[in-house]
Amino acid sequence: MILLTRKAEFSAAHYYWNDAWSEAENQRVFGKCANRNGHGHNYTLEVTVAGEVNPQTGFVVDLKRLKDLMHSEVVDVYDHRHLNLEIPEFRDRVPTVENIAVSAWERLEGKIPGAKLERVRVYETPDLYADCFGPEVSR
Amino acid sequence: MNVTFTRRYHFSASHRLDCEALSPQENRDVYGKCNNPHGHGHNYRVEVTVRGSIDPATGMVMNMADLDALVVGSVVERFHLANLNTDPLFQQEVPTTENLCRAIHRLVVAGLPQGKLDRIRIEETENNFFEYAGEAARG
Repeated sequence: MILLTRKAEFSAAHYYWNDAWSEAENQRVFGKCANRNGHGHNYTLEVTVAGEVNPQTGFVVDLKRLKDLMHSEVVDVYDHRHLNLEIPEFRDRVPTVENIAVSAWERLEGKIPGAKLERVRVYETPDLYADCFGPEVSR
Repeated sequence: MNVTFTRRYHFSASHRLDCEALSPQENRDVYGKCNNPHGHGHNYRVEVTVRGSIDPATGMVMNMADLDALVVGSVVERFHLANLNTDPLFQQEVPTTENLCRAIHRLVVAGLPQGKLDRIRIEETENNFFEYAGEAARG
């Protein structure tokens, strides 16, 4: 089995807010991230797929198809958007980097041609990232 | 979903690799340049990875502000701009980055709920890094 990883980037706005809480509680838990005017990041999406090397093509997966899929399912959806206001899954899910990784996993799972989705990593900054390994322990 | 959250921290410190049980010549043979009596230093990069389910109220595996307070307070402030050989943790152990990685694991795991810390990864330079997930993880 070979692991293959492809990167892509998108830029988006978000804020952290839980409607069930008071403004003071949101401020206490989320700090500056609770500013309702939002702020933004340059996110990096890393998608790792696992599979066998096709003896004819030498590919685990056609990188162009993986790139197109990452763009159509995630990057083109999130890029230059306000995640809270424009992306359906974040209406009831705080758009933390953990939840963005989970959401990207859900958008990509089952769509990789001929390979298994192994890991979705999302960097919010170079010093902060989340990994989603799917619903089961896959390590 | 199986999710981890990773935060990267930075500190700069000096050290000298020298084992009391070895002769001066043996130390020079084993540690080479790292045995220079006057020491040398690195810009260390530490990745702290925590695991767990995402709290639906916050969208977080762990509040980053709490993790920052723990790691900055117990690790970064302790080692930044310090000589590792003078730290009580390295009176019996050579401050190799292997040992530093385990020492940081001990300091961080002590401040987290059981099972929360996934691993410590430390880069001594861009070309070498060390990871420690605790003894239990060796299975």
